[in-house]
Amino acid sequence: MGKRFLMKGNEALAEAAIHAGCKYFFGYPITPQNEIPEYMSKKLPEIGGVYLQAESEVAAINMIFGAAGTGKRVMTSSSSPGVSLMSEGISYIAGAELPCVLMNIMRGGPGLGGILPSQSDYFQATRGGGHGDYRLLVLAPSTVQEAVDLTMLAFNLAEKYRSPVMILADGFMGQMMEAVEFKETHMDGLPDPAEWAVGYMKQRGSRALVKSLYLDPEELETHNWKLQAKYAEMTKNEKRHETYLADDAEILIAAYGTVARIARTSINELRAEGIKVGLFRPISLFPFPYEPLEALPKSVKQILTVEMSCGQMIEDVRLGVGKDMPVSMYGRVGGMTPSVEEIKDQVRKALGR
Amino acid sequence: MKETKIFEKPKSMVDVTTHYCPGCTHGVAHRLVAEIIDELGIQEKTVAVAPVGCAVFLYNYINVDAYEAAHGRAPAVASACKRLLPDSIVFSYQGDGDLASIGMAEIVHAANRGEHITVVFLNNAIYGMTGGQMAPTTLVGQKATTCPLGRDPKLAGYPIRMCEMLSTLQAPAYIARVSVAKPKYTLKAKEALRKAFQTQIDGKGFSFVEILSTCPTNWGLRPVDATNWLEEHMMPEFPLGEFKTPA
Repeated sequence: MGKRFLMKGNEALAEAAIHAGCKYFFGYPITPQNEIPEYMSKKLPEIGGVYLQAESEVAAINMIFGAAGTGKRVMTSSSSPGVSLMSEGISYIAGAELPCVLMNIMRGGPGLGGILPSQSDYFQATRGGGHGDYRLLVLAPSTVQEAVDLTMLAFNLAEKYRSPVMILADGFMGQMMEAVEFKETHMDGLPDPAEWAVGYMKQRGSRALVKSLYLDPEELETHNWKLQAKYAEMTKNEKRHETYLADDAEILIAAYGTVARIARTSINELRAEGIKVGLFRPISLFPFPYEPLEALPKSVKQILTVEMSCGQMIEDVRLGVGKDMPVSMYGRVGGMTPSVEEIKDQVRKALGR
Repeated sequence: MKETKIFEKPKSMVDVTTHYCPGCTHGVAHRLVAEIIDELGIQEKTVAVAPVGCAVFLYNYINVDAYEAAHGRAPAVASACKRLLPDSIVFSYQGDGDLASIGMAEIVHAANRGEHITVVFLNNAIYGMTGGQMAPTTLVGQKATTCPLGRDPKLAGYPIRMCEMLSTLQAPAYIARVSVAKPKYTLKAKEALRKAFQTQIDGKGFSFVEILSTCPTNWGLRPVDATNWLEEHMMPEFPLGEFKTPA
């Protein structure tokens, strides 16, 4: 095992990005993710990078558009209302096929909402958020170590698919401290930016064009199908999930991120009582790992989805299990968190015990 | 008789017909920018950022690396590009709706940060591409499709003077207002553009050139009348000149 550091989630996310070779950050302050830009503003100038505090999230995401167009590793971070403001720009980035990493450290909504942890941006993250037919590759860590690993992976995947990748975490993940290790995450065969990015005109012998406008409908349709083919590739290659004590479970809890780790404790305690309960935890939210839900162990008779939302991921769970499997939902929202006891009670209730 | 070529297309300009209306001055402004790029020998290291509006296809006419920015965000795109590629020459080219309305925050903050970019601002006092709606620079009393009785300052305020506004900031290095309505103005416009790009090449900071331009189609005037209208009505409201020059 390499050297381990005790770090706050937000700072670990920032350090992971630097380890992945990201030297450029553009963002705008918003709670509860401020440690990310603060960390970047200190570290990036020390390594010859750029930290720039934008005048708004709108400007920040368009700076990402400009920076990503050079083919270098760039990122921004924000929290729910800020991500809403960025959504237009994210659509342009997806349309222009630019690689970048976006972090949403979710807080409660809608509107100004609150500043405490939430998972209520699941639809926004996995269904697009902005206008047009596009997808983000969305990764949802459930420990600080996993946040580090997925962040480093995110930069590789962004380049591999020339597509924005989002780390979807909540305020807990940003604020909790855990020991982390930064592992090497080299990926072979990534495309060379000199083939498409600005700044290589002399070398390439032709100019680069970073754009998303296609006034000819046939051309725009072709462009859309090209994007869809890319999302199909992601769907084939990038599904990630974890199960825990699922093989003999009567009831499966479906949860991601922070809620999944709370559910683990509930599962351990319920198992001690003799209740056969397990966990299904999607790690990639787009592409969503439907297959494990399509082929559940015979023992599983129902699913309990637990989220810090009024019920968003449950739609993907239902798509996975089909209409014959009962799926119920327990959610806490607004910055309230489902407790270990509450989840245990919900499982007992679902089983009629 | 021996022929001597005394006029030719700038090398960095693409040999195609533009989509601009008869009498529109975008073409003149594009050509001036292309001539300056050629004369400074910077084609291969220049990056253009096109706006949303009539000039969105700027990149079809000027052959340099280019971005097509979201509406109003060109200065943010240009700022980031220049920060990552400091040896490049980065310019945005924006109209009055793009820059002075939806993009007001981006232009003010890029100027205030003293970004080492050049901004070419075409002010024709109207929204061109969307079909002649009122712009932030529309003159008081000037008719547009969304102020059919003429701009009423009690309802819609007064034309925004971008050069004067940006000149209150400390960081910008070069700010000038020129016109391309008639040849005598065009020659001066070219010199202002040269200074603006030279300011960036010399690493002196933010440069901004506002070009008063015609939009005969949406003004409802013949091209020649439009040039006269610009002189008579726009120039008193938007005086030409240099507002800031590098130390």
